[in-house]
Amino acid sequence: MKLQRILAIVERDMRKFFRSPALMMMSMIFPLMQLIVLGYAFGGKIMGVKIAVVDKDHTSASRDVRQRFDAVAAGPRTLKVEDYSSLSDAVVDLRTGFVRAVVYIPPDYSRRVNQGNRPRIAFIEDNTDNFVTNEVLSRMQSLVQDINRGLNPFQPGQRLTVPTPRLQPLIDLQVVELYPYIEYIKYLLAGSISMSIFIVAMIGGGITFIDDKSRGLHEGYLVTPIKKSELILGLIFSGAIKGLMAGTTITIIGGLIAGIDRLWDPVRLLYLGVVLGCTSLGMISFMFLIMVRVSDPLVPRAAFGVLNTRSRSSAARP
Amino acid sequence: MNTTETNAIEVVKLTKQFGDFVAVNEVSFTVHTGEIFGLLGPNGAGKTTLIRMMTTLTPPTSGTAVVAGNDVVTDADGVRHAIGVIPQAHTSDPELTARENMLIHAKLYGLSRVQRQVLIPQLLESVGLSDFADKLVGSFSGGMRRRLEIARGLVHSPKILFLDEPTTGLDPVSRTSVWEMINKLKQASSLTILLTTHYMDEADQLCDRIAIVDHGLLVALDTPARLKDSVPGTDIVEAEFDNPPADWHASLEKLDGAASVTDHDGVTHIASHSGPLTVGELMNLARDRGVTVRRVSVQGTTLDDVFLYYTGRQLRDVASEETRRDVSYLYK
Repeated sequence: MKLQRILAIVERDMRKFFRSPALMMMSMIFPLMQLIVLGYAFGGKIMGVKIAVVDKDHTSASRDVRQRFDAVAAGPRTLKVEDYSSLSDAVVDLRTGFVRAVVYIPPDYSRRVNQGNRPRIAFIEDNTDNFVTNEVLSRMQSLVQDINRGLNPFQPGQRLTVPTPRLQPLIDLQVVELYPYIEYIKYLLAGSISMSIFIVAMIGGGITFIDDKSRGLHEGYLVTPIKKSELILGLIFSGAIKGLMAGTTITIIGGLIAGIDRLWDPVRLLYLGVVLGCTSLGMISFMFLIMVRVSDPLVPRAAFGVLNTRSRSSAARP
Repeated sequence: MNTTETNAIEVVKLTKQFGDFVAVNEVSFTVHTGEIFGLLGPNGAGKTTLIRMMTTLTPPTSGTAVVAGNDVVTDADGVRHAIGVIPQAHTSDPELTARENMLIHAKLYGLSRVQRQVLIPQLLESVGLSDFADKLVGSFSGGMRRRLEIARGLVHSPKILFLDEPTTGLDPVSRTSVWEMINKLKQASSLTILLTTHYMDEADQLCDRIAIVDHGLLVALDTPARLKDSVPGTDIVEAEFDNPPADWHASLEKLDGAASVTDHDGVTHIASHSGPLTVGELMNLARDRGVTVRRVSVQGTTLDDVFLYYTGRQLRDVASEETRRDVSYLYK
């Protein structure tokens, strides 16, 4: 074994690598971008989460709750509080993503506090985004604990000299999920469908396209009356059809495995077909958009690695 | 008679520049209808760029090219309908069968189902691929792929067929089979064929007329016979000597029948009107001057000599020199 020969191969590969700026970008810049985007998206301190407070009680007790929210907004700045007069308006905004949670203080809140009759505050959460919602919920729970500490006449370790009250004076935080509970396998199915379409788009729109281009196959077509735009459109449509086929197959088989209700409902199937078709067309078009000027066959393979990780993380963490 | 009727291709001062590099420099020529026209030159001489401009793949920087009566810039679609092109690289799809490759191309040219059903088996038969029609092209040899690509280029019955280095990379048997095919095409139809090559024997065997291209310039154009005749002397005496004296070159020029003397890499080429006479004189002179003749041979003028005469270099040397040049611009 000779070091010189090994080094010659190393030199050969390094020379090729540094001659392909697109490959360098894919292998270095994209992972860095991913690190920054994902790192900040799923990590760090959550701040400025908008929540809606619907106070139907309008008493000093309810205002106390509201003021505690203001304290959180002014201090750790986790929350940004918006006042709503109507619960339905707040829920609509929660569904559209304008706010991330709704705190509902019912009209009988202060009466129940005074009676020591199990006062309740509702916390309506967007259960499709557990990451942000859990943070807000933990703030909410500590806030309610603080209030309860003031309400509870019996401190830990204190010896009871009077009979325990029959009624429960502590505030009960009731968590309401905005959307019905969905089993994880059903939840994951959407990610798996989009992943199958993505793989078809990546192979058809990226790897095969660049390979055919570098092998000169496109030149064979471009000397015929076909225009470049027609060639690309043809490749996009064929990719979209393949994506639709892959998506439909995963939808049906995955739907049967996950036990999706009314899977064979023709109207739902029609809607699904439209969604899958649009998704396939969008993904393959995106792939052509980023690959159309690329000629190095290694670039789509490098991009595949980066984009696939992103796609997987979306699918595994809905 | 209108010149465009007799001329399949008219190229006037066609130029292509990539930055500072001039790949094709004001080249003008005409290709007559029904002839096989060869563009002969080393790699990087500008042959492929010329063919790419004539087939509408690369726009010219200046000049005009009219192919089958259609301007390559203003009527690219008309040109593409009239021509069949077999690019240098294998462009048949290895993941499709021979028949499928033909079918896709026939559809790109808008051939009807009936036309396709008749033409595709005929063309596959004519290139000897009927038995392999339903085999994947990936399993074909280089020669088979080239024959398929020629058949594919003829699927729409073009007026002009462009072949860019059709036999490069093929073994001698496959080369001969492609030559036979091209000759058969010429005999069977009035098809005009323009081919590029850097093989002298190929150009000599196939072409009615040859244009020699070097460094983007057209340096000579005529029939192979006339090109050979244009080289002074009808024979070439090639000889090598040991320790020739300083005035040896001048002495050789005075030999009977010698038209010109050139030295190249220690080999002396004497263009002579009579090879045997010049050899006799040469041997006498060498004996008288005490020069040892290591090797001597006489041959008729070849296109290699023509190339040497017009460019001052031998094609094989230029080819090895030119392959070091970066030609990536061709693919931009």
